[in-house]
Amino acid sequence: MSAFDAQSRTLISRAQLNRPLARRIYWVLLVATIVVFAVVFLFPLYWVFTSGLKSASEVLQSPPTLIPHSLDFHNYSTAWSDFNLGRYILNTTYYAAGALALQLVFDVAAAYALSKLRPVLGNLVLALMLATLMIPATVLVIPNYLTAINIPVLHLNLINSPMAIWLPAVANGFNIFLLKRFFDSIPEELLAAAAIDGAGPLRALWSIVLPMSRPILGVVSIFGTVAVWKDVLWPLLVLTDPTKMTVNTGLLNLTGDGIPENILMASLAIAAIPTILFFLVFQRSIMSGLTAGSLKG
Amino acid sequence: MATINVSRARARGLPGAGRPDPARDVRRGPGLGRRVRRSLTGYLFLAGAIICFALWSWYPMIHEILLSFQHLNLVGQSEGWGGWRNYEHMLNDPNFWTSVRVTLVFTGLALIFGYAVPFVLAVGLNEFRHAAWYFRLLVYLPVMLPPVAAAFLWKWFYTPDNSGLFNAVLHDLHLPTSTWLQSSNNTFVILCMVIFSTWSNMGSGVLIYMAALQGIPGELYEAAELDGAGILKRVWHVTIPQTRLILSLMLLLQIVATMQTFTESLVLTGGANGTGTLVYLVYQDATNFNNFGGSAAIGTVLLLVLGLFSGAYLWLNRRGEE
Repeated sequence: MSAFDAQSRTLISRAQLNRPLARRIYWVLLVATIVVFAVVFLFPLYWVFTSGLKSASEVLQSPPTLIPHSLDFHNYSTAWSDFNLGRYILNTTYYAAGALALQLVFDVAAAYALSKLRPVLGNLVLALMLATLMIPATVLVIPNYLTAINIPVLHLNLINSPMAIWLPAVANGFNIFLLKRFFDSIPEELLAAAAIDGAGPLRALWSIVLPMSRPILGVVSIFGTVAVWKDVLWPLLVLTDPTKMTVNTGLLNLTGDGIPENILMASLAIAAIPTILFFLVFQRSIMSGLTAGSLKG
Repeated sequence: MATINVSRARARGLPGAGRPDPARDVRRGPGLGRRVRRSLTGYLFLAGAIICFALWSWYPMIHEILLSFQHLNLVGQSEGWGGWRNYEHMLNDPNFWTSVRVTLVFTGLALIFGYAVPFVLAVGLNEFRHAAWYFRLLVYLPVMLPPVAAAFLWKWFYTPDNSGLFNAVLHDLHLPTSTWLQSSNNTFVILCMVIFSTWSNMGSGVLIYMAALQGIPGELYEAAELDGAGILKRVWHVTIPQTRLILSLMLLLQIVATMQTFTESLVLTGGANGTGTLVYLVYQDATNFNNFGGSAAIGTVLLLVLGLFSGAYLWLNRRGEE
């Protein structure tokens, strides 16, 4: 009862829902939707985890078995050690952590400068950075690849170096946009007061701006991390050494070697665990960040 | 253009926007020296980001267009200008037109399925007074999976014999089974790719729509109901007009996203039998054939088309903010 009354009015009114017949229909629909969601979104996960437990013959059996005959984690240990899933997860974590650190340092500093220090031609720099939002990174892979194999001026080759993942991550117009908009809302008076007390720009950033910016830093961190875990095309081009691959490109590499289906399923299950855990831990921030970033963005 | 009016943005963020800005007064006082110093500090803070943007965003935009007009050798080094040659090759390459077709069919089917499904789902879910966290959590779960892992899982579901999950279920229900991704009907194969893509990406759309639906004032529904509007009429006359802006933004966003489809081609079909998208062709040309000039020409076309759509998105988004 209370659940019906607590919420604000939507498409269907409370009065309508409180009629006995409507109420019965409501519950039937609710339970049906819960079951359908479980089948559509949870069952695939169940399927990949249990297929990873099956033997090589059971996994190819027709029709497939719903519950595996035995609870044998042998495939999982094979996938982890012989097929390098452990290494791919470690690599991706390393790439994601580095990309996040560089984004936090450089993008925060840049957005702070554009918002609070406002140097000459700062608006032009901001406009150029935001203009990159119009060009998805995917369409720039070819020139970016040529940049990565031969960095202009320095003539360095970044292929198979973590820098090939880290540096492009900093060039994120969306980060600049979100951070600058947030910094803009921090009153100038606070910074002016700090300046009178003798705090330089770095000190003001560290002790005033950053502590106030935790929510937006959370959003930027989460999306920065997830982006590395989800990228496919770029790591496929720049990380060609099998020992340097990410989860995504590593899995592609495995199937090229003709991996048995049951071990492939165990590998997929292992590959999915880190991001699922990450999601369960940060679900609240991820979901609110999603709407904050796009609705008002 | 995506410029942001800084002074207005600041005015909106500041409670006492009408008052003179103390920082500005301080700056005006001591004059040029202080201003120069402030700019120098500013660019010191900006240096890292500017270098990265220059290397990975600004330079490649120009570089790509230049590359598309050059003869490039097998390692992508320029061997002089080639005029429109790369483009002529591209237009005479049947693979290019196949990829254009695949990309357009994919985008079109994704508009029918991937675009409508999340909205309908969000409108429906918004009526439930229970288990909201459950729906939100589950629908977003696939978004978090590594895309290659999710695609391999679906390829396994789509297995053409009866050991595949989909065929096993159809077989149990005594329904005709299908060869799915190996079907000779090209459009059907692309549809299978779109269904996977919708499953794995719709979570963000559903959550964004649900947030937008929460913002519709209840009185509007109340008034519509008093006027005798049924549920469908209320959706048509209240829900859709009230979410019009976010609906058009998501439309543009979806077009930009689906026109970059790559993983689906790479994992599900390997681009076989005319199922490779444009981005897949860019990848193929560059990695298998070391045809960097051809890749750059396709990339330039995509750059212009997607730039146009993204520009429209940003313009609309900005107008919506006002």
